Amino acid sequence: MAVPILKQGPVLIASIQTALTDTDVLQLREDVMAQVTRHRSRGIIVDVTSLDVMDSFVSRSLRGIAHMTRLRGAETVIVGIQPEVAFAMVQLGMQFEDVQTALDLEEGLALLSTQLKEPLAGGG
Amino acid sequence: MADSTPEPAHPAHPDGHGDASALLRELVAHLRANRTQLREEWARRIGEAALLTALSQEEIFSEATSVYDNYVEVLETGSVEALQDYARNLSERIIPRGVEVDEVVGIVLLLRDVLARSLFKKYQSDFELLNRVLDAYEPAANRISNIVAGNFVGERERVIRQQQEAIRELSTPVLQVRERLLILPIIGVLDGQRARQLTEQLLRGIRDNRAKVVVIDITGVPTIDSTVANHLVQTVEASRLMGASVIITGLSSDIAQTLVTLGVDLSKVNAVGDLQGGIEEAERLLGYEVTQGDYLAPEGR
Amino acid sequence: MADEERIAIDSDADVVTARQRARELAAGLDLSSTDQTLLATAISEVARNITHYATRGEVRLRVIQDRDGRMGVEVVAQDNGPGIEDLDLAMQDGYTTGGGLGLGLPGARRLVDEFDVQSAAGEGTTVKLIKWARAPIRPALRSHRV
Repeated sequence: MAVPILKQGPVLIASIQTALTDTDVLQLREDVMAQVTRHRSRGIIVDVTSLDVMDSFVSRSLRGIAHMTRLRGAETVIVGIQPEVAFAMVQLGMQFEDVQTALDLEEGLALLSTQLKEPLAGGG
Repeated sequence: MADSTPEPAHPAHPDGHGDASALLRELVAHLRANRTQLREEWARRIGEAALLTALSQEEIFSEATSVYDNYVEVLETGSVEALQDYARNLSERIIPRGVEVDEVVGIVLLLRDVLARSLFKKYQSDFELLNRVLDAYEPAANRISNIVAGNFVGERERVIRQQQEAIRELSTPVLQVRERLLILPIIGVLDGQRARQLTEQLLRGIRDNRAKVVVIDITGVPTIDSTVANHLVQTVEASRLMGASVIITGLSSDIAQTLVTLGVDLSKVNAVGDLQGGIEEAERLLGYEVTQGDYLAPEGR
Repeated sequence: MADEERIAIDSDADVVTARQRARELAAGLDLSSTDQTLLATAISEVARNITHYATRGEVRLRVIQDRDGRMGVEVVAQDNGPGIEDLDLAMQDGYTTGGGLGLGLPGARRLVDEFDVQSAAGEGTTVKLIKWARAPIRPALRSHRV
């Protein structure tokens, strides 16, 4: 099932609603890259609030998305990692150091707003 | 067979089992006939031994009666269900009154003694018969004692575990001091389990309070081992995944040394000397400015 | 002992099914939500190897109980893939290098209470995981039923 990606000014918001299969994740990467290119987006928020599991594949893929979009001039923020998921991720030893994270959509937008030096709806 | 029933030590009759049944019946009849006297004697001896001091005389006699009647029923029917239910119920009632394990074991042993003595008295003229009666009585009496004491101990352990859990929760409060700032003061020795519980509580606290900065104060922690050190580092990393930065305060030189020895990369950890300093650093991160004791709102708001 | 549930792993959607089923079993045993997540994540790690490297495999789930009455969830992930030639290497922990041959086994082991892997080149792989509930509230009494 494809992840819906919304455009909000210079920022894209990808909201993951259901459990992701590996195929879904790869699809997401393609879709994000296509949208970033098309809209020349400067920021992307990937909202994982609904995910009850983030395994090493998903984590690696999200890191990959962040790296690739950065090369296209867009900054990625992962938001909504749940307490239990965060706990599992560190137990698993997932390195997420070079990826920005924020508590939720609102915080993510605020963070991007500061970095892009642009007011964003919903932030601040 | 599912459970071992202790065999009579001296099956003196070829028809051992049938004889034991008949003896048990006789025993039950004896216990019924002497119900008043034996219960009173038991209650009296409980008082003399200063057991169940948390209960009143009337309560002791009432419980003694219930145990006695259940005892007789087990001997008569062989079914221990009623006794188990009663034992569980009794434990739930008397544990909050502060009754200890040795008291429960004590009263059960006293009952055995009271009944045994009354059997000695009844069968004193026939030593061989007395032996057979006791052989029939012993295994049943043992089983009953185990059930009552065992239930009490089990219930007590359950209560203790619940209390420990409650204490753990209470002793690790996550405090919201101001908006977006959480403080977690840790006091006492940390073990792996408590450290993990702390991490879970903190992460939930970050979500529920929408915290952006967390100050973990370990001034009150004397030492930590590698398990706990790892938990601390993991807590910092997991908090970061939730968008919160962590400041650790009260890091003693001892603990710092331990962390270094364990290979923990202290450069990853934002450590500040004391709690006060940590809070100021946190407020700085949040964009608050401290001027002459007043707090200005963060810039831009 | 409860019955075994078998979930065939033919696609990565099945991996999701397997871990969600395991989560439900764990929830039924009152495992904390953190423990449920750890178990589901471990299954995701391990079952992925089935979809990536094997043509066929399955995940078997079971509720188990030990001698002291403690309940737990047992997960067996088995495949007919190429197998792991060097198990020691596969179980090697390497945080920064993503060690363990990229099979995710050392990571999965950290998430569960008991972990066992059997494998040989050309013989497929079987991984067994167990996640226990915390100590039982009422210890199982050594019953003296007649």
